[in-house]
Amino acid sequence: MPPAIEITALRKSFGDHEVLKGIDLAVQKGEVIAIVGKSGSGKSTLLRCINGLESFQSGRIVVDGDQTVESDPTALRNLRQHVGMIFQSFNLFPHLTAGRNIMLAPRLVKKKGPELAAEQAHALLTRVGLADKFDAMPHQLSGGQQQRVAIARALAMEPAILLCDEITSALDPELVGEVLRVVESLAVDGMTLLMVTHEMAFARRVSNRLIFMHQGRVHESGPSEELFTSPKTVELRQFLGMVN
Amino acid sequence: MIDFTVWDIVRNLLDAAQWTIALSIVAFLGGGTVGFALLIGRLVGGRSGAALIGGYVQLFQGTPLLMQLFLAYFGLAMFGIDTSAWLAAALALTLYTSAFLTEIWRGCIAAVPRGQWEAAQSLALSFSEQLRYVILPQAIEVATPPTVGFLVQVIKGTALASVIGFIELTKAGTMITNATYQPFLVYGFVALFYFAMCFPLSVCARILERKLHAARH
Ligand SMILES: Nc1ncnc2c1ncn2[C@@H]1O[C@H](COP(=O)(O)OP(=O)(O)OP(=O)(O)O)[C@@H](O)[C@H]1O
Ligand SMILES: [Mg+2]
Repeated sequence: MPPAIEITALRKSFGDHEVLKGIDLAVQKGEVIAIVGKSGSGKSTLLRCINGLESFQSGRIVVDGDQTVESDPTALRNLRQHVGMIFQSFNLFPHLTAGRNIMLAPRLVKKKGPELAAEQAHALLTRVGLADKFDAMPHQLSGGQQQRVAIARALAMEPAILLCDEITSALDPELVGEVLRVVESLAVDGMTLLMVTHEMAFARRVSNRLIFMHQGRVHESGPSEELFTSPKTVELRQFLGMVN
Repeated sequence: MIDFTVWDIVRNLLDAAQWTIALSIVAFLGGGTVGFALLIGRLVGGRSGAALIGGYVQLFQGTPLLMQLFLAYFGLAMFGIDTSAWLAAALALTLYTSAFLTEIWRGCIAAVPRGQWEAAQSLALSFSEQLRYVILPQAIEVATPPTVGFLVQVIKGTALASVIGFIELTKAGTMITNATYQPFLVYGFVALFYFAMCFPLSVCARILERKLHAARH
């Protein structure tokens, strides 16, 4: 079975500031990976390279066996059907109802008929616990609800991989749980997840593997439980708050 | 001196006002179409395309409309195109309008948060789908009040077409004044007619603006 994502020697700079300094990473299907690291260590940039939101200078990313990340629009469009992304700021389309937010891409990209797409949207909203919100406009929803609609929207494209970039960071603390529960259920269902998170307890409980990024490199990585209990590098130890 | 009743004056001005309206509509539709094409050009044309169109905008915003009319009128003739005042006025006003509208609309598109583009991209929408289903619906809402507001500028701008001999409201006013020697009365009516065309649009723009603010808060 080919890996879900295979990244080789990935380098990315903004101007002359090198942000990713040679990343090698293979993600197996069904793996749940938590990416942690200090602000500015390149976590978001890495995720954004994987679905082509950011171009990179050198290296190679292969997704789902055969989709290479490159700048050709058609290739990108194909790639993005395999990779879903959820953002910190939800980014729901404010002029569309929750249901239509979910239906838009399947209708346009997958050419799904209106009934099928609506049926799917209803099912997905039920899955994220928002069965009665099909006709709600985004501004009528709480942050946690909006983020759950965003998850449903990404799932509607039936991606092989889901990228999550600090998806609870913009939420009030009491709304974090409802979103994390949805993500956890996806993990249990076998979705390949790559998530940048500051929720350490959640990362420890849900992820199989932890990746610690430091200054544009994968500084340490391994089974989550192992790394959380006995981090090898000083930097990760410091990051986890285990001084000495 | 021919005897002009007030009704004669009004009737003649009404006739001419139709040309003001016609020229405004042509300028607005033509300018809107060209302006939209320029907008797309700016979005997809890369750095050089954006610079080129930016220059076009600066050119039309940085010169008097009167000069643009003169240049269109005499310029077309120079290229051996048989110009009527109507054609020259329509051309100049179309270009003028396109420059302003494309700039207004560019600002409205820029006002849509980047995250909206990125969300649409990550859902595998093509560029035109991103624009049509995600960005434009949001931008149009913001763009409507200033666009309607600019239509007022276009209507008032058509008055300048009188200097190249196009017979619209202002030119008709001048001609009637020359025949009646009642400038205050005639230009009073002329002003009134412009006001009757522009005021409802201004009100409309203000209502739209207020609605937009209400929707945002
Ligand atoms: N569009 C950009 N242009 C220039 N520099 C950028 C851009 N995006 C990110 N950077 C820089 O790249 C570096 C890595 O940014 P990135 O957002 O990947 O970090 P991060 O690990 O996600 O941090 P955080 O935890 O704060 O989200 C930072 O120094 C940032 O300033
Ligand atoms: Mg980040």
